[in-house]
Parts: sequence; structure tokens; C-alpha cells
Amino acid sequence: MIWPIDLIILGLVIVSAVAAITVKDLLSAAVLLGAYSFLLCLLWAVMGAVDVAFTEATVGAGVSTVFCVAAVFHTTRRTKD
Amino acid sequence: MKILGKITITICGLLLLFFTSDFPDWGDVNSPASTHLSPYFIEHTIEDTAVPNIVTSVLADYRGYDTMFETTVILTAGLACFLLLRIPRKDSIHRYYRHEPTGVTIRVEGDRYPKGSNVFTRIDSSWVPYDLIINFTCRLLIHFIQLFALYVVAHGHHSPGGGFQGGVLLGASVILFAISGNLRAAIKRFGEKTAAILSSTGVFIYAGAGALCLFIGEQFLNYSALGPLLGTDRIMARSHGILIVEIGVAMAVMAVMIWIYYNLSSAGKQDEGL
Repeated sequence: MIWPIDLIILGLVIVSAVAAITVKDLLSAAVLLGAYSFLLCLLWAVMGAVDVAFTEATVGAGVSTVFCVAAVFHTTRRTKD
Repeated sequence: MKILGKITITICGLLLLFFTSDFPDWGDVNSPASTHLSPYFIEHTIEDTAVPNIVTSVLADYRGYDTMFETTVILTAGLACFLLLRIPRKDSIHRYYRHEPTGVTIRVEGDRYPKGSNVFTRIDSSWVPYDLIINFTCRLLIHFIQLFALYVVAHGHHSPGGGFQGGVLLGASVILFAISGNLRAAIKRFGEKTAAILSSTGVFIYAGAGALCLFIGEQFLNYSALGPLLGTDRIMARSHGILIVEIGVAMAVMAVMIWIYYNLSSAGKQDEGL
């Protein structure tokens, strides 16, 4: 594990996670959640857990983002709170 | 109320962070997992199961029960989405048709739809014009995604991947088709009935492989019992057993992903959607 890369990715993970829950636009939140999953996948890959990284990339960053976007498609784009 | 929630979350988060300091370090050789379990798997996987990828053998063989019920959880998720969201198509709903030569959109009510006409094509209520670049790129990509997915399933013994990842990739290729074209075209090729049958068949293959071992006279999911049936020795039988199980997982996961997408994107009508 190379610690500068690890630190940068970890910082970006936290930034995207906080951004995903604070942003008002739900579509942006869905996309940010995808970015969060992808960064987490990079983190797994850096740690050497390639199988977990692969699952995270396909399920987390791929399909669940599509599910979130499909769900946002049927509601309003802005949150009420 | 909001402030109360924030305070609760902060306290819980701090507690979690505080107690993670008790965890063993990353790659700590003295942690319980590294002293008892991992050395056994690293030293015995090849001679036990003839699978070079330790993760795959742990996932599908040593902890076969865990993966079997994971697959069942995925099937349950698909069924829950179906039961919560699916509503039957209303007969009296209006539809939009586009007259191709002139580009005029008409709204048809009742049951007088121009079926089988080659000048009228049905469009969604939130219709976007046909995009050549997106359509062509997606159609080109779908083949390679599916080929790669099959490789991931079949090559899970040697490289990262396996049933879950391959199944999700296969599902994603159909979802990509639905997004790039329209939902009805995807449903026509991979219908809801197919999804339902394939998802249950996948779980059945997994549990059936386990039950077959039980009928032969050994433990549930002990694939070495399948040796005489597959014409191999007991060690290779475990490797083949993992492949059988992975195929079941891939089928179930693929079908469930597509099924959930159909129900989510069309709000259960499976008529028009994203």
C-alpha cells in the first residue's frame, strides 16, 4: 500500500460522501454516490483486494447508480428538506 | 429534530471511529484471522480444490453456505421489488405514436392503437430524438460487455471475478440496451417471465448442486462427492463444482438486476421508462 495514494483516495471518498448527502439535486446525489463507489473500488484495489474492488466497480459504481437514476426519474429532482 | 439527528450521528460516528482503533492493523500477521484461517486457505487451497484463486475457492467452496444465501438474498430483493412496484398495465391509458414520414406525434386513446403499422412507431411520453452516436456506441459495446462477462464467469478460478461480477456485467449489458434504445425493445428480448424463471433457476442450480452431494451420501455442498458423476477425481470435482455454482449465481444475479431495473425505471408498469 502506497500511503500518498491511499490518503488522496481516502480524502476524495470522504469529500464525495459528504457531497452526496448535502447536495440538493437528487440526480447529482446519485452520480456522486457512483463516484464514491468508484473511489472506494480504487481503495480496495490499492489494498490488494481485487475481487472486492471488481464487485464494487460493477455493483456499486455501475448498476446501483443506474437504479438510483431510474428512481430519481420518477420523482422530483430536488429534495424537500 | 434535525439537530438531534446530527448529534446522534456524530456521537455514533465518533464511537465507531474510537472502536476501530481496537481492530488489528491492515496486513497484521499477529491478528487472529492471519494466524488461524488465512494460512490454512493459502497453504491448502490448491491441494484441496485445485483452484488457483483463493478468493473464489473460499467464496464458493469453503463458505458455500454464505454465498448460497447471498444469492437467495438477491432473489428476494428482486421478488420484493416485483411485489412492491409491479402494477398491471391499464387498458384505457393513452399512448403516443409518431408518424415517421412527417414527424408528427399523435395521442391515441382507447384501444385504437395502430398496431403493425410501419409508418407509426410508438414513443414514450418523455421522448428524446433518436441519437445515432449513442445508439451505435452502445450496440457496439454490448457484445464486448457480454463476452467479457462470460470470460469473468468462466475464468473466475484463475483471475478476479466469478458469478456475481459476471452476472452483474451481463445484467448491465441488457440495461445498457434498454437505456440506449427503449425499454419495450429490451423487454421484448428479455422479458419479465424470462427474468423470473432465470433468477429462480440460478438459485436452484446452486442449491441443487448442494442437494445432489447430499443425495450421493456426503455433506451438503461438498462438491467432491460429484467426482464419479463428473468423471474426475475428488479434488478436480470441487473445482468443477465451483464452476457449476458460479454459473447458477451468474444467472440469478443477471436476471434479478434486469428485473429490478425494469420495475424501477417504469414504476412497475413495464410499459415505458428510462
